[in-house]
Amino acid sequence: MVRSYAPAAPPAVYPERPAGFVTFLGHVFTVADAEIRKLQHDPVELLMRAVQPTLWLVVFGQVMSHLRGVPTGKLTYLDFMAPGILAQSVLFIAIFYGVSAIRERDMGVLQKYLVSPISRVSLVLGKAISASVRALSQGVIVYILALLLHIHATWQPLNILGVLLLIVMGSAVFSTFSLVIACIVKTHERVMGMGQVMTMPLFFASNAIYPIVLMPGWLKIIATVNPLTYEVDGLRALMVQGGTSVYGLGVDFAVLLAFSAALMALAARLYPRLVT
Amino acid sequence: MTDDQAGAVLTPAIDEHPRETPAPTIRTVDLTKRFGDIVAVNEASIEVGAGEIYGLLGPNGAGKSTMIKILTTLLPLTAGQAWVAGCDVTQDPSRVRRRIGYVPQALSADGALTGYENLLVSARLYGLRAEDRSQRIAEALELVGLSDASQQLVRQYSGGMIRRLEIAQAMLHRPAVLFMDEPTVGLDPVARRAVWEHVLRLRDTFRTTMMITTHYMEEADGLCDRVAVMHLGRVAVIGTPQELKTQVGAGASMDDVFMHFTGASINESGGNYGEVLRTRRTARRLS
Repeated sequence: MVRSYAPAAPPAVYPERPAGFVTFLGHVFTVADAEIRKLQHDPVELLMRAVQPTLWLVVFGQVMSHLRGVPTGKLTYLDFMAPGILAQSVLFIAIFYGVSAIRERDMGVLQKYLVSPISRVSLVLGKAISASVRALSQGVIVYILALLLHIHATWQPLNILGVLLLIVMGSAVFSTFSLVIACIVKTHERVMGMGQVMTMPLFFASNAIYPIVLMPGWLKIIATVNPLTYEVDGLRALMVQGGTSVYGLGVDFAVLLAFSAALMALAARLYPRLVT
Repeated sequence: MTDDQAGAVLTPAIDEHPRETPAPTIRTVDLTKRFGDIVAVNEASIEVGAGEIYGLLGPNGAGKSTMIKILTTLLPLTAGQAWVAGCDVTQDPSRVRRRIGYVPQALSADGALTGYENLLVSARLYGLRAEDRSQRIAEALELVGLSDASQQLVRQYSGGMIRRLEIAQAMLHRPAVLFMDEPTVGLDPVARRAVWEHVLRLRDTFRTTMMITTHYMEEADGLCDRVAVMHLGRVAVIGTPQELKTQVGAGASMDDVFMHFTGASINESGGNYGEVLRTRRTARRLS
């Protein structure tokens, strides 16, 4: 039958690399490196991101410190909330990451990635790491604020490394979540709207600025399934002197890892839908 | 394609053995795409030979862009079959992706990166070996006349420069087929001619098969070896620009051909809001 006809395959135009692990990592690196280069060309954006954590710690934190109504154990209230504010700033950047995915779609950048040999998983992982690079700047800002506000931060290198890792993982969870939303709602305005709808519940239904024990039962349940809670829990143990983890660091990392893996798998499936 | 011709794609040499029975580089058989009730592409069958510059013409909403999206593996097809560079787009999309280049309608070069960095990203994505990269990037920049601007941020480029950069980017891995969706939309006549010259030079150097969509009839006439006029998702007619003009009547222009085969009426269903918005956005970035 005529229809079984297929043109003869030309020999490889360029050595066709197998889709191995090295290629996978190379592609992830390519996507993340492009983002880092953009930030190098225009670092002003990162400086503007310093405003929000500063306001929370300087204004909200100072006032709440004088209330002494929040049971924070051995920690001062500022020490207690600093990890929460770090997690919050990371969340606020990450939850709007889908906007840049929409912009890349509108500009045709995404289409070019999707017609290239990059696998969808490497693309999503590369994007998550790109978002994390931005989020890491928040870590630097909060540590600087810690110095200025006499927050009792831990300066052990291993602790700082752990904090950075938690920032990366927390950012990966929420930026990929935002990417999934972008693939479903598909417009700039809706992603912004969804981001705004999501941030407050995620922030307030967590242990970021008060302990979960203060919450009514139903809110406790929400806080316990909220990945932000585990990010804050880990940060609190690693970042401030005398800070302890409620769930254990292993659980914190495991929960964040599970959330990011699940969301990335979902995003890799949905990403191509953004261009249709 | 025979081994000879594929070799010609790899090395910049003129093919001295004329193609006798060329296997088509792009072939679709009854290609159909439905979005719900809307039939965007309706049983389209085309064949594009190796080294050919093939134009897809037709009003907004005729199915040109959908066709390109299917052939570049961005969209799954609903029915029918399509092969690109010897691979079935449904069964072997990842291999198709390694063999094609794509210049989307929107100006897709990343404005926040330099010209060089844009090419570097592509070189890495297509697995060009690290030791070859800088030379290939330098060659590509030279080929489209952007060597001097390579360290500038792309947002400082003119529209024509961005287009040429994108063509260089899409050609970096020496694809067998280059797809371009309205490559000269919004460009001034001088920049448009420059893009045409580069397209022709690439074809002559690498024997790349090119498929372009365009609304500019002079582009179809001057640049394309053959064109397919699409209307309401169907392929209305296929031929060389000369053949089609002769078919329509003595002294006919490509404008006449276009109107003859698309009914000349304004199609209110075509060119939805999003599509027009995208074209405008591209035009704005160019001006």
